[in-house]
Amino acid sequence: MHLAQLNVAHMRAPVDSPQLADFVDALEPINALSDSHPGFVWRLKGGPDPHDTVRHDYGDLLLINFSVWASREDLWNFVYRTAHLDVLRRRREWFHRVAEPYSVMWWIPEGHVPALAEGMDRLDLLRAKGPSPDAFTFAEFHDPPAA
Amino acid sequence: MSGDDLEVLGLLRDPVRRALYDYVAAQGREVGRDEAAEGAGVSRTLAAFHLDKLAEGGLLASAFRRLSGRSGPGGGRPAKVYLRSPQERQVSVPPRDYRTLAAVLAEAVDALGGDEAAEEAARRVGGRVRAAGLREALFERGYEPYEAEGELRLRNCPFHVLADERPVLVCSINLALCEGLLAAVGDDRTTARLNPRPGECCVAFTSKNNIR
Repeated sequence: MHLAQLNVAHMRAPVDSPQLADFVDALEPINALSDSHPGFVWRLKGGPDPHDTVRHDYGDLLLINFSVWASREDLWNFVYRTAHLDVLRRRREWFHRVAEPYSVMWWIPEGHVPALAEGMDRLDLLRAKGPSPDAFTFAEFHDPPAA
Repeated sequence: MSGDDLEVLGLLRDPVRRALYDYVAAQGREVGRDEAAEGAGVSRTLAAFHLDKLAEGGLLASAFRRLSGRSGPGGGRPAKVYLRSPQERQVSVPPRDYRTLAAVLAEAVDALGGDEAAEEAARRVGGRVRAAGLREALFERGYEPYEAEGELRLRNCPFHVLADERPVLVCSINLALCEGLLAAVGDDRTTARLNPRPGECCVAFTSKNNIR
């Protein structure tokens, strides 16, 4: 099984505004870091340009990251043990604080390319019912179902 | 106080064991018996005996590796190697539990969205430290500084359990604390930044003239 993760962030200003400039500048190196990181499987891309963000119908100021990893450890090490951590540290400069969960994980069969709607459904599930084997978080993680 | 922890830590009373443990811990990688013996200045047989005692007690982790780098026939017999165990041992008399308190406070900071106030507090706390220099300040706080790739890196994360629970909050606080330490020792030629790696502290120091 592979680990799918989706997270959303509510931007303080449009993605092409000066307020988001530092964040947009970080997209290219951070995406390159993700795509070459051990355990990286797939990422939903917004377009051919490394600065393209995921296009969707969930609101103009919503930024979505959606990716698939070989294991919890691989995803953890990318998120918290690379230059990505410094982007997270600065998140308040670019994104609003939200009280509800903004990041969700779930297991998928290897080779499955998940659709965005599937990921958003998992986030809704987490928000509605809390962590479960179908929608969970790093803090309340669930191992893959036994084969 | 956990009686088990006291018993395990008692293993380090033996000076040879202590020297072997310190040597292995300071390398930050797997160490073979020959190297550990040389590092601690004892015979290989004595080193092997005490390394195994430390591994039995759980202070070191052990594994078998072909140190020649070759595998299969002709690769030589696998050698036993040792690495510091990440498992924490704590002893306090009378019993104290600052970790639970820290976890409660961290959860409260998260709930209040108070990361910036926490970082400012960390900068102030770091700034109150008295030390001869940056390295001394870091050693005293258990960071285990070492030089690599033109940076001063930190082998150990003193806040590991909490950093694992809330990495963004705790690593941001840690960076601010390190910036406070720099201010306290009056080192304005060095900057602290987040440059995390698996298994190490998230902060690294860069000197403006790149030589420390």
